[in-house]
Amino acid sequence: MNKPLRRVAIFCGLLVLALLVRVNWVQFVQADELKHDIHNRRVAIERYSTPRGNIIVDGKAITGSTVTDSGDFKYKRTYKDGKMWAPVTGYASQAFDSDKLEKLNDGILSGTDDKLFFSRTVDMFTGGKKKGGDVVTTLDAKAQKAAFDGLGDKKGAVVALNPETGAILALASTPSYDPSTFAGMTDADSKAYNALQKKNDPSEPMLNRALRQTYPPGSTFKVVTAAAALEHGLYTNIDAKTNSPLPYTLPDTAGLPLTNEGNIPCENASLREALRWSCNTVFGKISADLGNKTMMAEAEKFGFNNDEVDTPVRASESVYPKDNRPQNAMAGIGQASNRATPLQMAMVTAAIANGGKLMKPYMVEQLVAPNLSVIQQHTPQEMSQPLKPENAQKIQQMMETVVKEGTGTNAQIDGVTVGGKTGTAQHGANNKDNPYAWFISYAKTDKGTPVAVAVVIESSDTLRDDIAGGKLSAPIAKSVMEAVLQGKK
Amino acid sequence: MSSTTTNTTTIGTIGAPSRRNTELAMLVFAVLVPVFAYVNVGLAKDGSVPAGVLGYSLGLGLLAGIAHLVVRKWAPYADPLMLPIATLLNGMGLIFIWRLDQEPSLGKAMAPNQLMWSTFGVALFLAILIFLKDHRVLQRYTYISMVVALVLLVAPVFFPGVNGAKIWITIPGLGSLQPGEFAKIIIAIFFAGYLMVKRDALALASRRFMGLYLPRGRDLGPILVIWALSLMILVFETDLGTSLLFFGLFVVMLYVATERTSWIVFGLLLSGGGAVAVATFESHVQTRVDNWLNPLALASNGGVTETAQAMYSFGSGGILGSGLGQGYSRLILGIAPKSDYILATVGEEIGLAGLMAMLLLYGLLIERGLRTALAARDPFGKLLAVGLTGAFALQVFVVAGGVTGLIPLTGMTMPFLAQGGSSVIANWALVAILLRISDTARRPAPAPAPSTDAEMTQVVRP
Repeated sequence: MNKPLRRVAIFCGLLVLALLVRVNWVQFVQADELKHDIHNRRVAIERYSTPRGNIIVDGKAITGSTVTDSGDFKYKRTYKDGKMWAPVTGYASQAFDSDKLEKLNDGILSGTDDKLFFSRTVDMFTGGKKKGGDVVTTLDAKAQKAAFDGLGDKKGAVVALNPETGAILALASTPSYDPSTFAGMTDADSKAYNALQKKNDPSEPMLNRALRQTYPPGSTFKVVTAAAALEHGLYTNIDAKTNSPLPYTLPDTAGLPLTNEGNIPCENASLREALRWSCNTVFGKISADLGNKTMMAEAEKFGFNNDEVDTPVRASESVYPKDNRPQNAMAGIGQASNRATPLQMAMVTAAIANGGKLMKPYMVEQLVAPNLSVIQQHTPQEMSQPLKPENAQKIQQMMETVVKEGTGTNAQIDGVTVGGKTGTAQHGANNKDNPYAWFISYAKTDKGTPVAVAVVIESSDTLRDDIAGGKLSAPIAKSVMEAVLQGKK
Repeated sequence: MSSTTTNTTTIGTIGAPSRRNTELAMLVFAVLVPVFAYVNVGLAKDGSVPAGVLGYSLGLGLLAGIAHLVVRKWAPYADPLMLPIATLLNGMGLIFIWRLDQEPSLGKAMAPNQLMWSTFGVALFLAILIFLKDHRVLQRYTYISMVVALVLLVAPVFFPGVNGAKIWITIPGLGSLQPGEFAKIIIAIFFAGYLMVKRDALALASRRFMGLYLPRGRDLGPILVIWALSLMILVFETDLGTSLLFFGLFVVMLYVATERTSWIVFGLLLSGGGAVAVATFESHVQTRVDNWLNPLALASNGGVTETAQAMYSFGSGGILGSGLGQGYSRLILGIAPKSDYILATVGEEIGLAGLMAMLLLYGLLIERGLRTALAARDPFGKLLAVGLTGAFALQVFVVAGGVTGLIPLTGMTMPFLAQGGSSVIANWALVAILLRISDTARRPAPAPAPSTDAEMTQVVRP
């Protein structure tokens, strides 16, 4: 009986050996994969086990962390002025993942990024807990507040840039939401989160209109059309008469006229006058004369048709479409299928204000390790040169005329040169919806051009005749510019 | 080949040392390791030494001490390693259960009950060593054992199932009993007794077919009955583990008794056929197989399955583990984090190193059991020892293999380690019987009877 017994012994040995091999496979070979699996809750538990790093504006944290006693996550996110900053910070929720800067810089904020390897290694030896690094933004708290307060309970967005660097100074979107309300994982958090979803709140408070919503830019796009005309030599003198008949019929249509808003002096108006009065006929014809290809190429130099505008939060793609002649003429005055984000129009303004040089927009200045060493520093980058400096000068003069004695007088600031352009974009079938009120502007002092702003207000209870960009949006642009200028003093 | 003439004991028996002092030294470790683990959990969870540590160490030490004294007195030549290994596994089991008791999400505390059951287990262990003077006595109860085993195996069908497996006898007010654990021992006694009588018939009266010795029809009968029974357990009690355990146990014992490889082939064919047949129409078996094939797949409600949680536990433990009390195996919420899935906690908190140590302890216990079978002088003892050890080994393999994802998961408990009264009591009884067999095996042979021949060939020293 001993021979089979020995074989049984070998068999039992093999069983134990199989188990040993298996646990080695699971706990050694597969361990890393399992440990970091997305569904392994330990990843999240670890992530919330220490206070998160902060997002910094003007040297002060606009975020924080607090200990919770619900569930197995220790720390949850808090926000100061959450509603105002939500378009910048996004959110970091225990239950609903994270978004925007919180998401993109999660590695730094939660302390798991490889760039923090050194600091983590030091912590390991000194017994310190894992710490998150900080994200230092370019935003200007005063400008942001001016933008947010200016929008008030209206629906819209404001983007302010530093034309010289591309730094984002203000990024406001309303209606907004307070990311603190769903930072945890309780039922109240779920309720708050669900209430903010589009299906429960048609006003879409969680939509970042400044970066992620495209609108027909309306008349503000005329500065791009003017730039195209100058760049391609269609006109060279902004004060010379243009070849602009009135009434103007759209090309390839059987007498479909492109009309102006009211009875304004647009016939053969110079570029300066045409922009001052916001002549649709003049700029529609310029667009038609230059043709779709040329207009597209110019718009693309300003950042249109680029789906990778990363601030680092990616902006939606602004579109200057490939289109037929009448539609192209309409697109030249910011209608038809022409769509732009508020950021895009701020970039257009900034490029003109910066002598024709478009700087890449960004909002993260530095990533700072917990030991305060800078692990990443942004250096301003040129994105493109949409127009020559002398042409930029010309458009600046035109825009300054608009503010001085045109549709944008509401943006005037004492002692400061302000250039701007209003826009009132029609939308909806047969234009039945409230138009979008646009305003783009920049402020210039003897020290430079520190700010370019784009403001859009989606709809308003104001009468539609009254809803011109100059009335609604220009005052907001003005207060944002003032806030930035005050900070510079 | 008759058993009386093939006494091929591999361990020298004449004058063998009793090894009781070795056992005592090992027992000291077996008590100290869980005590340190206990302190470790307390420090990790609350930053203080747990209040019960003194009571626990004294209790465990006392149990081990009494067990040792009884073995010293009533089974002095018994194997020196089995008692310490069982004590260590049971002690660690208690620590892990207590550690999981610290997680409020896992329901009521179970460690105190487990300690009570362990005490009963050790008491039964002592009773067996004291009152069972010779394991061959059990041979008398061969057919009674069969009846008892059948009753125990069939009984759960009449009681409500728990979590999809009908493996419990529930007595309202008293608690529930897992009869399969006891049936494992009793059925081994029956097989050993039955096969000892029938082995020659089974081994010799067979026909050769394609190089295999096939049994005669009438010898085949009881085997087919066992096969049918284990399939019935599977179908009616939806208990894959017990079914596999009994059939495997039977095949192993049959093979050892008859020394015919054909039985193995035959057994594998039968069990394979049965498994395929059952798997095709039993949905819960299919679910288990699916979970096994895709351990990380999400449940139909989008949640993470227990299987996946167990895998995450193992993976997160890595080589050295998170440290006792510092893991998150509480995430395996489901039905059995303290019983079926306790190995996941072991794997996470003491890591690959600790889990391998645990598995090697089981391996060592199995090895000591098989060594006892080899050393036993009587065929009944051999068969019983290999049966008990084989059942133990299969159980360890089926549970550990199931939890680690080597084979589909079945509802069985890790001997000694997992929470469960029936299991711990039955396994202490199992070790007691093995100790009794090994004591008989290693006991010095009785002095040869004086014979006249011996006197005539006496050597006269100068």
